[in-house]
Amino acid sequence: MFDDLSSKLQSAFKSISGQAKITEINIAETVREIRRALLDADVNYDVAREITRRVKEEAESSDVLNSVSPGQQFTKIVYDELVRVLGGQQEEIRFANVPPTVILIAGLQGSGKTTFAAKLAKYLKEQKHVPMLAAADVYRPAAIDQLKTLASQIGVPVYSIEEKDALKVAKGALAEARKQACDVLIIDTAGRLHVDAEMMNEVSEIKKAVNPNEILFVVDSMTGQDAVNTAREFNQRLDFDGVVMTKLDGDTRGGAALSIRTVVDKPIKFVGTGEKMDAISPFYPDRMAQRILGMGDVVSLVEKAQKEFDEDEARIMQAKIRTDKFNLDDFYNQLQQVKKLGSMQDIVGMIPGMNNALKGVEIEDDALKPIEAIISSMTPDEKETPLIINASRKRRIAKGSGTSVRDVNDLLRQFEQMKKMMKTMTKMNKMGRAVQGLKNMYAQKKP
Amino acid sequence: MSFFEKLGFKREEKLKEGLEKSREGLLGKLSKAVMGKDTIDDEVLDELEEVLITSDVGVKTTLEIIKRIEARVSRDKYVSASQLQNMLREEIIALLRDNDTDKPAEFDAILANKPHVVMIVGVNGVGKTTTIGKLGNLYKLAGKNVLLGAADTFRAAAVQQLRIWSERAGVPIIQQGQGADPAAVAYDTVAAAKSRGADVVLIDTAGRLHNKLALMDELTKIKRVMGKIVEGAPHEVLLVLDASTGQNAMQQAKAFTSAVEITGLALTKLDGTAKGGIVIGISNELQVPVKYIGVGEKIEDLQIFDRAGFVNALFEGKKG
Ligand SMILES: Nc1nc2c(ncn2[C@@H]2O[C@H](COP(=O)(O)OP(=O)(O)OP(=O)(O)O)[C@@H](O)[C@H]2O)c(=O)[nH]1
Ligand SMILES: Nc1nc2c(ncn2[C@@H]2O[C@H](COP(=O)(O)OP(=O)(O)OP(=O)(O)O)[C@@H](O)[C@H]2O)c(=O)[nH]1
Ligand SMILES: [Mg+2]
Ligand SMILES: [Mg+2]
Repeated sequence: MFDDLSSKLQSAFKSISGQAKITEINIAETVREIRRALLDADVNYDVAREITRRVKEEAESSDVLNSVSPGQQFTKIVYDELVRVLGGQQEEIRFANVPPTVILIAGLQGSGKTTFAAKLAKYLKEQKHVPMLAAADVYRPAAIDQLKTLASQIGVPVYSIEEKDALKVAKGALAEARKQACDVLIIDTAGRLHVDAEMMNEVSEIKKAVNPNEILFVVDSMTGQDAVNTAREFNQRLDFDGVVMTKLDGDTRGGAALSIRTVVDKPIKFVGTGEKMDAISPFYPDRMAQRILGMGDVVSLVEKAQKEFDEDEARIMQAKIRTDKFNLDDFYNQLQQVKKLGSMQDIVGMIPGMNNALKGVEIEDDALKPIEAIISSMTPDEKETPLIINASRKRRIAKGSGTSVRDVNDLLRQFEQMKKMMKTMTKMNKMGRAVQGLKNMYAQKKP
Repeated sequence: MSFFEKLGFKREEKLKEGLEKSREGLLGKLSKAVMGKDTIDDEVLDELEEVLITSDVGVKTTLEIIKRIEARVSRDKYVSASQLQNMLREEIIALLRDNDTDKPAEFDAILANKPHVVMIVGVNGVGKTTTIGKLGNLYKLAGKNVLLGAADTFRAAAVQQLRIWSERAGVPIIQQGQGADPAAVAYDTVAAAKSRGADVVLIDTAGRLHNKLALMDELTKIKRVMGKIVEGAPHEVLLVLDASTGQNAMQQAKAFTSAVEITGLALTKLDGTAKGGIVIGISNELQVPVKYIGVGEKIEDLQIFDRAGFVNALFEGKKG
């Protein structure tokens, strides 16, 4: 856990191991490491200082110094503190007693408002709501076209007018939503800077006019130190209800989440994890804390895997792995499951550290083809009990699959390794290792 | 002694006011702290650290800058406040790489290649398309024949958006439909530019996060096909960075460099309160110059990057 920070902390403490007592100085050094890790993760300067102060207090008052592994203990204190700041309960949209529920989307330029507005509409539609979108960005070139294109993909109506008057769009949309008996109205607005008085007035006016049940502030998760300024200003103007962090499919550590939660006491309600319409999910403070501390988004990956994998099948599979009955047929089926997760490159990209490890290794989506071909060329007996595959069988399989005996050998060896590895896999990092296993498998294929 | 060791935690008391306080100009503060010494007061260093970190300069580059300043002060001793200010400016400017002479930022400069092909890349929503509109306009005003290529065929209405910019700037555009092969669009654009005798080609690409290897490969391919028509094309690859982006911009710059060898940076959205300090480290580490800055959403809101102006803005104190 906590690859980055915890290894640093571990070594900070290692350097003084052998000494009888861990001193104040060691705490100071450790706290400095934490502070630096937070700053590297884009946590705001003052917020990072505040957090390290609390961590230090907590460390001093707790028994961390006498524990067997102070590095780990320290990491846990930091982690708990981050989770606490990021917020406990998961919060969803608050719906109006009398529909339509009006949701106003606001934020800086390019943060992902329009995309999120459409994703949210789809998300709510899947929960049996009847949403309508309003195109109240009357400035950005082709903003209305953009919203209409997305809306048509998800089958949601859009209200827009010719006139360049955002307030009028919002009011008109509300009337139209009532008329069409839509129970949710999502208003997309133009991107605006918090220092642009005129534009900030505009959005305040929209708020006054349509009295939203929910105002969501959309933030790019790659935002740096300035996140506190923008969040504070938007909050002062709009008193928004929640925050949306977008583009978390990137490799940003996302410290802005922590900064924003500190300066405005508003929950983060959703995250955006891609450009596609289903790349939206609720916010989980623990995952975000792990991410800020440098763990990568393993959990999301596992979750994605869980969503795609047939649960019963997974259970059967696990039982097979435990009892050593996992054979090449099962392996073949697993490959098909993995493929359902999306492009191999993308899957692998979600695993921390993998991107660098993979530099120069091309993972084509058809990288699995030779493996599939080899397995397909085996008889049921061979798949069931790979041990029976002798030299002449290998030659036959290689010929049948258009590969070489070496490829067949590689596959068999890797399969054995993978089997061993899978047995030791915990629930938590199951997918990560499986993909790692796959990666090894064809990384070796390339010269 | 490293700066972070020095730092200690003596400023913790100031925490309470910390989040609300507004920053006073650093350069003013320097004056009371340096005269007649061969070291810089911790208080000033702390202040300097705060200014740099809150401008997204990043810990690593901040330490580098402070190390350089400390070295100079201990060598030159007794510097006056104004000398120290200049030192600070000089050291930061030294980290910002100069523009390449064969890729002039000035729009009326004579270009060695015809057409001169520029490919614009970056993560989602940073301002690529807008920057192309602004660049197209400025090149045209400088008397150049410009052609835009709509190679973002992925994002909803991206082509329409660039089309509107082409109309605003009064420059032609080559486009295919949504979902078309972006490399084919880039190819067609450069081919058209060649046959029409255009001077400058600006290729828009879809925003992509740098950790998506398949999308980065696509970008490499888009770049490669252009070279098949015009030797050396694209002659420039501009990476657009959003000034409000934090440390992740470094990862972006590295990944885009390894995919398409970026030759310059454009820093957008500097009209807000974000300072874009990360470009200092990027420019230094990857040896790419910052060429342009975006300062608004209008067609005229683009400027050629000025290192001294940028450094001054870092220390200006909080706006608003
Ligand atoms: N990878 C990724 N891209 C995203 C995500 N959300 C939005 N985007 C992309 O980010 C870019 C900007 O998104 P928009 O929805 O247009 O942003 P906006 O806030 O409406 O922009 P303006 O209206 O210009 O202020 C587009 O390329 C989107 O496809 C996300 O969660 N992940
Ligand atoms: N305030 C300000 N806004 C800018 C600037 N440059 C671009 N924008 C705005 O940022 C938003 C995104 O700009 P785009 O040009 O669409 O960005 P992009 O990189 O092409 O986005 P994708 O193609 O979706 O990845 C738009 O609302 C622009 O008006 C700038 O310098 N200042
Ligand atoms: Mg928008
Ligand atoms: Mg664009």
